[in-house]
Amino acid sequence: MSVIVYTENWDGKFKKSSYELVSYAHALASELGVETIAISIGQVPEDQLNALANYGANKVLCVKNPELAVLDNAAYASAIARAAKANNAQVVVFANNFTGKAVAPRVAVKLEAGMANSVTTLPLSFSPFVVQKNIFNGKAQGNLQINSNIKVLSLAQNSFGVKESSVSLTIENFDAQLDSSKFNTELIEKNTVSGKIILTDAELVVSGGRGMKSPDNWGPLEELAAILGAGTACSRPVADEGWRPHSEHVGQTGKVIAPNLYIALGISGAIQHLAGVSSSKVIVAVNTDPEAPFFEAADYGILGDVNKILPKLVEAAKAFKAHS
Amino acid sequence: MKILVCLSNVPDTTTKIKLNGDQSALDMTGVQWVINPWDELALTRALDLKEKSEGKIDTITVITVGESLTEPTIRKALAVGADDAVRINLNPTDDYEVASNIAAWVKNNPYNIILTGIESSDYNGSAVGGMLAEFLKIPSVSSVSFLDMEGDKPLMKREIPGGTETIRVPMPFVAIVQKGIALDPRIPAMRGIMMARKKELTVVEPAGEGSKSTYIGFAMPKAKAKVKMIDAENAGQLITLLHEEAKVI
Ligand SMILES: Cc1cc2nc3c(=O)[nH]c(=O)nc-3n(C[C@H](O)[C@H](O)[C@H](O)COP(=O)(O)OP(=O)(O)OC[C@H]3O[C@@H](n4cnc5c(N)ncnc54)[C@H](O)[C@@H]3O)c2cc1C
Ligand SMILES: Cc1cc2nc3c(=O)[nH]c(=O)nc-3n(C[C@H](O)[C@H](O)[C@H](O)COP(=O)(O)OP(=O)(O)OC[C@H]3O[C@@H](n4cnc5c(N)ncnc54)[C@H](O)[C@@H]3O)c2cc1C
Repeated sequence: MSVIVYTENWDGKFKKSSYELVSYAHALASELGVETIAISIGQVPEDQLNALANYGANKVLCVKNPELAVLDNAAYASAIARAAKANNAQVVVFANNFTGKAVAPRVAVKLEAGMANSVTTLPLSFSPFVVQKNIFNGKAQGNLQINSNIKVLSLAQNSFGVKESSVSLTIENFDAQLDSSKFNTELIEKNTVSGKIILTDAELVVSGGRGMKSPDNWGPLEELAAILGAGTACSRPVADEGWRPHSEHVGQTGKVIAPNLYIALGISGAIQHLAGVSSSKVIVAVNTDPEAPFFEAADYGILGDVNKILPKLVEAAKAFKAHS
Repeated sequence: MKILVCLSNVPDTTTKIKLNGDQSALDMTGVQWVINPWDELALTRALDLKEKSEGKIDTITVITVGESLTEPTIRKALAVGADDAVRINLNPTDDYEVASNIAAWVKNNPYNIILTGIESSDYNGSAVGGMLAEFLKIPSVSSVSFLDMEGDKPLMKREIPGGTETIRVPMPFVAIVQKGIALDPRIPAMRGIMMARKKELTVVEPAGEGSKSTYIGFAMPKAKAKVKMIDAENAGQLITLLHEEAKVI
């Protein structure tokens, strides 16, 4: 019996979120008294695979079938479900990210499993199997009881944390036995921006709203982000008006993020905006309006004109970095 | 060609969530029900594609798994321009049950393209689209921000971390759509509302599998500690607090 965790790689490398995922799977497996088995798809160097032992993976299955070169949701689901069956998985764990959302539901159907996405903690109980998850975009929490033999979970990023626990690890190849005639996702073009911090990965985020007044005022915001090593985000109207790229829009209709620090500059804190950022560990709000709803969701607040305050923050951040 | 748009009937996004006395259920009295925002955009895109298809796309059908209280939402979709509607008469308790029941309908009533939203704003499952495709054994493309027809061939873009991929899969398929699929949802006009009354709304009994999970209790999120205000004149102090007190930088 086992807990299976799908550890995605990016150009042959794992990220901190992969280690968080393995930490979570290992904690689950320990409670259940079973093995933690990671599945890795594609070419990943051995030192990367070995590093998963530091977070509790007992085994890594390397899947290298050519049908998996492009993300075909059905092919990935077939490979992972096959590995889960072959290893008698009780729980299959995904990250609640792009790939997890694409693949996990298909795996659930293949395994006739109930699924809970975006869980943030270990199950409240194992028998019955009950997990807590956010519903209504964080406005409430629900206790979901999963009744199937196998369960599929996806973990919200940055919710459980990386936990070290050294075990010994074996690496095995696993042939997913895919029938290539069945999978036909054709990748025509790929466009990626390089060099920028990917918002959903960012641990620190600096974000601007309509209170920034003009797209020309973003210079100091970007400077602050660069000094802190933070990603940049914005509210919906800012993206809609073309002040900032749509990829920066966070909220219910944009990206959902949970960084360690979210600095909201001139953003009112509408419920639809908060839906995308309220799981951030620490929130800072800067606003001229003492009644702005963001102050209720924030840990730190500054009342005042953002365009006067930003230069002070930039200066302080520079001084801080110079000393640390 | 036929397009199916899956509609989730959800409380308006500004709804204040309340729990009943013993926290075993959500109190839905007085809630304003709407089409899930993603599904509204999916429907808008489907209608755009139909209108410019020169007759190649002949029907847009909407489907909801829900009891009769979902009918006003379905009628709204008809008023916006969907040609006909199906309601599977069941109060589902999870995404598995929803997907399985839609699949049971589609097996006997095939469509070329099926659209679902990336997430329902109530239970935030992000699962129905992928599950539906797996039940039907057809391709699914997730995080779709663009869908167009190039002649008879659909072309899609999906949002990957830090960029986009242009993708093609053969029909039939499920496209799970998100931000970008359409700019603004269409609003029903008076004429549309009148016409919607005459459009067909087929009610069928469930023929799919039951659920695998169910909510057994609810809680409100923990209240946040009061905000700590920093004097604007000494705004730079924030950086020190973030380092020494909050320990996030
Ligand atoms: C279905 C639906 C989905 C939505 N989804 C999203 C979403 O995903 N993301 C999102 O962000 N919004 C979303 N919205 C919109 C949301 O309701 C708000 O309208 C939006 O978040 C407001 O953006 P804002 O705070 O930048 O602008 P405003 O509401 O205009 O607020 C500007 C703020 O800046 C302050 N301000 C003004 N001048 C200054 C200054 N000089 N210095 C400091 N502060 C100043 C003001 O006091 C105010 O609080 C959605 C709405 C709906 C109906
Ligand atoms: C009166 C009532 C009570 C309910 N009680 C519960 C409950 O106790 N527990 C529970 O989990 N759910 C309950 N539901 C919600 C229902 O079961 C959800 O539709 C289902 O859980 C899927 O939600 P999701 O968040 O997983 O969907 P997601 O997977 O997030 O939805 C993605 C997309 O799938 C499609 N979709 C989702 N739901 C439907 C649907 N019903 N019909 C057609 N297409 C759909 C839409 O295109 C949507 O954008 C209730 C609904 C009603 C009307």
